[in-house]
Amino acid sequence: MGNAFYLQNVLGGLAHGSLLFLIAAGFTLIFGLMRIINLAQTAFYLLGAYVGLSLGLHGVNFWVAGMAGGVVATVVGLAIYGIFLHRYHASPLTALLLSLGFALIIDDGSLAIWGGDPQSIAPPHMFAESIHLGSLVFPEYWLALIVVSTVIAAGLLVFQQRTKFGAIIRAAVDDEEMARGLGIDVNRAFYFVFALGAFLAGLGGYLGGPITSAYPGLDGELLPLAFAIVIIGGMGSLEGAFIASMLIGLVNTFGRALFPELSYFTIFLPVALIMAIRPQGLFGRKLQ
Amino acid sequence: MSRPWRNAIVIGILLVLAIAVPRLGLPAFYVSLLTQTWIYGILAMSLDLLVGFTGLVSFMQAAFFGIGAYVVAIGATRYHFVDFWPTLLAAILIAGLVAAAFGALALRSEDEGFIIITLALNEIIWGLAYQWVSMSGGDNGITGFLRVNVGPFHTTDNSGFYYLSLAALIVCLTLLVLMVRSPFGLVLVGARERPRRMAALGYNVWLFRYLALIIAGMFAAVAGVLFAYYNEFVGPGSLSLDTTVQVLIMVILGGTGTLIGPLLGAGILVFLSNALSDITQRWVLILGAVYVVTVMYAPDGIVGLVNRLMAKARSRRELSLAAGAAVGGAFHSGEGPK
Amino acid sequence: MTTVAALHDADALGETCLQLSGISKRFGNLHVLDDVALSVRHGERRGIIGPNGAGKTTLFNVIAGELAPTSGKVYLYGRDITRLPPHSRAKLGLARTFQTTTLLPGLTVVENLVLSLQALTPTRFQCFVPRTRYRGFREEALRLLGQVQLEHCADWLVRALGHGEQRQVEILMALAQRPKLLLLDEPTAGLSAADAVLVTDMLRAYRRDVAMVLIEHDLSVVFNVVERITVLHYGRVVAEETVESIHDNPVVQEIYLGGTL
Repeated sequence: MGNAFYLQNVLGGLAHGSLLFLIAAGFTLIFGLMRIINLAQTAFYLLGAYVGLSLGLHGVNFWVAGMAGGVVATVVGLAIYGIFLHRYHASPLTALLLSLGFALIIDDGSLAIWGGDPQSIAPPHMFAESIHLGSLVFPEYWLALIVVSTVIAAGLLVFQQRTKFGAIIRAAVDDEEMARGLGIDVNRAFYFVFALGAFLAGLGGYLGGPITSAYPGLDGELLPLAFAIVIIGGMGSLEGAFIASMLIGLVNTFGRALFPELSYFTIFLPVALIMAIRPQGLFGRKLQ
Repeated sequence: MSRPWRNAIVIGILLVLAIAVPRLGLPAFYVSLLTQTWIYGILAMSLDLLVGFTGLVSFMQAAFFGIGAYVVAIGATRYHFVDFWPTLLAAILIAGLVAAAFGALALRSEDEGFIIITLALNEIIWGLAYQWVSMSGGDNGITGFLRVNVGPFHTTDNSGFYYLSLAALIVCLTLLVLMVRSPFGLVLVGARERPRRMAALGYNVWLFRYLALIIAGMFAAVAGVLFAYYNEFVGPGSLSLDTTVQVLIMVILGGTGTLIGPLLGAGILVFLSNALSDITQRWVLILGAVYVVTVMYAPDGIVGLVNRLMAKARSRRELSLAAGAAVGGAFHSGEGPK
Repeated sequence: MTTVAALHDADALGETCLQLSGISKRFGNLHVLDDVALSVRHGERRGIIGPNGAGKTTLFNVIAGELAPTSGKVYLYGRDITRLPPHSRAKLGLARTFQTTTLLPGLTVVENLVLSLQALTPTRFQCFVPRTRYRGFREEALRLLGQVQLEHCADWLVRALGHGEQRQVEILMALAQRPKLLLLDEPTAGLSAADAVLVTDMLRAYRRDVAMVLIEHDLSVVFNVVERITVLHYGRVVAEETVESIHDNPVVQEIYLGGTL
């Protein structure tokens, strides 16, 4: 196993981590702000993938199709939040149980519309080639995805740290009661963050499609990875989610290459150890 | 009729019915659905001990179900370990040990943290079953082991297996009912409702939750053992997130903290999934919708809903009786106001 | 009834029940408790008063084991319990009530008391015998209820009781532990005047071999039940006086502006 092997897997792992981040960012933000564990988060991913796929088949530009996937996921997410979850603000457990029901509904609805066969998603034309460097071969699209995801992560961080609305959200995360007392419209922040989370996951579904493809049950496979990311990164931490996404992507890719029989184990064993040693995650604050 | 007597009669009738089922000349299909109901019922009740009584929403109950099933399959196919009782004992023991290890990790967090960790822990076991092909057969699972006769139960015969699972259900239900009515069960409820108070009284709340997790894991393994024999096949699906979710839905649909509710929920899911999938392919969607409505409008499940309606009817009857008596007393008339 | 003779008996026993030395508790930069020392004798009744934010509840939680102090030691009958969790302290004879009633509202009064009575017995691990078999616990619970004339509510759900009765049951629950030290966190808070008298009388009438430490805003309750008072202010002990002499303490007068005393 030479350098090419490692480099290839590093790139593959980062690309995989990039799509995981698009799921985990919303997951961790929604949890951090509203304490809702949104089990429908990866269903949004699947939904975005399928919507983008349908548009892509009709010749719509790859990035436009991805955005459309994100928008549809946002609309569905807002409907779920605004009509249902929103009422259970005081009871995060009820909201979690409800989100599970919606995950089932989206999953089965997608099966009804798009059928049960796995469908591959082609990368955009401009990144359709593979790059050859000596014995190293990898798709250009991997690099594109890594760049896009990193830019989104940076954008989210700047938004959270530097804008007024980001400050409002941080205040609401720290102390919701006080934020309300200061006259901050916390509800608006809730809607916004839920919509943002759904959008990122939906967008991620199509952008990640060339790697994961789309098939029923994909959401169930990705959900545990999203959980692993928030455990490692710390619940509610955006930076943590980014680093943990990349870590999980790398561990997953190397695990598959090196220990094909135990790759899942190689992800979740460290997760269990982190739980035992630092229940709040590597970057998170302690849960009250 | 006093309540205990009425309950005893209801239980007697249900028991006679359950025993009569295979002899009623129903299609074998229904007998097999009921067999599955008894097996999933044990699993759902084991989860209810955690969710309903101890207040722990565990997402790793499927892992112990799967461990029970894989102990049967791996034991029989790799180690020629085919006797029923030693296999059952080994499954319960191994599940208990894994539950002891997982419980120690999961109980370092509470509430949402606990949920996330238990889900991740369940994935460890699923990942082993799915990927450790040389041991578990991976996605193809394990076949090549057969049902074994247990005492009077000729399990190769479907009605024999029906009786075996019915007997297991009755034993597990009895043990669990005893448990929730025991001093130990009282402590679990106390630890759910008022953990600080319980600690101040001298209870090690952590220890009681931990014991509940281990006990529930052992019951789940019993269900898993039966499941493996019933299908004569074990695959990673038995301990997947799907199974976890389904069992949770059984518990919530039927009614948490009632034991009998989750059994009912198991029946509903088993029958619905078969009946509905004949009529429509969208039964999961319907299930999802029913489940959402339940969580929103009947958070204490079907049993809770029935209890509430009955209490309402009773109080209305008592009210009108009392009103009738009051009016009767004043006017010497038997009729109350309408 | 608190007689002078009883006081002298407690004095004569002289054994230290609870001792705190150098207890400090910081949350970030906030010093909630600062070098608190406190010594309560066997059977003594001690009041802790102070304005809001003086650190009374934090001090209680440090004694009960819910909070670890940043520095300092807690001793119960000479034994260092600083690092013990609450349930281990209960085993050593420490009981408490909470500021808001924390009974189990969906259980009956007797079941609540039985929870307390069985807490330190092996019975608590008994999984397969119905609770109703343990008649001894029930009889003991009824006997306790008899002390406050509440036998008739024995099988009511706790939520059907009035506020004062709930508070009485909660104190009974703590006493059922047969503690050597009972911590009472505002035992009459939220009660009507009549209910407060019920609770105060109950505490005054209780056996003298249990030390009690109570936090209370209602100073009339404090004066009725305790014989010594410790005054906390901004996390420091600023005075410790007998009930008789506290009115004359200038520091106390300053804190309370002479008004409420």
